[in-house]
Amino acid sequence: MILQAILEWATVIALLLGAMFTIVGSYGLLKLDDPMKRLHAPTKAATMGVGSLLAAAMLHEAAAGEVSVNEILIMVFLFLTAPISANFIAKVAIHGRTCDRPPAPSPDEVWGTNDVELEDIPEPKA
Amino acid sequence: MQRGLLHLIFPHPALTVVLLLTWCLLTASVSLGNLFLGLLLGILVPIVTAAYWPDRPMMRSPLRFIAYVFIVLWDILLANFEVAWIVLFRSNRSMQSNWIVIPLEIRHPEAVAVLAGTITLTPGTVSADLSQSGRYLLVHALDAPAPEQTAREIKHRYERRLKEIFE
Repeated sequence: MILQAILEWATVIALLLGAMFTIVGSYGLLKLDDPMKRLHAPTKAATMGVGSLLAAAMLHEAAAGEVSVNEILIMVFLFLTAPISANFIAKVAIHGRTCDRPPAPSPDEVWGTNDVELEDIPEPKA
Repeated sequence: MQRGLLHLIFPHPALTVVLLLTWCLLTASVSLGNLFLGLLLGILVPIVTAAYWPDRPMMRSPLRFIAYVFIVLWDILLANFEVAWIVLFRSNRSMQSNWIVIPLEIRHPEAVAVLAGTITLTPGTVSADLSQSGRYLLVHALDAPAPEQTAREIKHRYERRLKEIFE
């Protein structure tokens, strides 16, 4: 009985934490003023927000006396894919010049995404 | 001959184990039928995808890698509160967003990928790009008054450990 009560309270706390971080992530998206800065807000919602909500789901199942492990997989797949989309958005920001230009890595090198002569890219047809 | 046959069936034993585990988690059961199906996938997928990992690094210490995962999870937890604080209570102008250039010592593509992923998952930093040669990593930090300091911390906390794990 006591264990069940503890698990239920833990579920509530995890749910609230998840909701809070998801809201802060969305708020950050509105408040921050630069595309690269904005990129930092969703990483928080994706890791802590979704993580807490999934933990709440697992705790809830545990309180009902069942074991649920699919949530771990959701987390793993999310952690594998989130950095890739963040990386793509960062590259778009660099190319679109919507952020400060990054410093060169070293005098004789450029960043991978800048490794194109601008003349090589055909002008888009109108 | 025995070893050759085993190698033919299990060209990538670690991947086989991961696939078997994933299958069991996905179906949420460890019945005999599911174990068999998982094993079948664990044998077929590595053979079919063999062309995509020509010189995979041997992970020298899987235990250390598990320890690394827990360190990163803990850091994600702490950094989340830190960044939430910055987003809620700091004005845009007082944030010192900076590009950070991190010279890399690790060379294995897999190790670099894990490092870049770690940096992105830890709130407050996003890895944006690699240099042509793969020797520098471009990172954007939400609030880093001292970029060199942050670069040193990342190198010390994550890269050093990955170097031990992969190289």
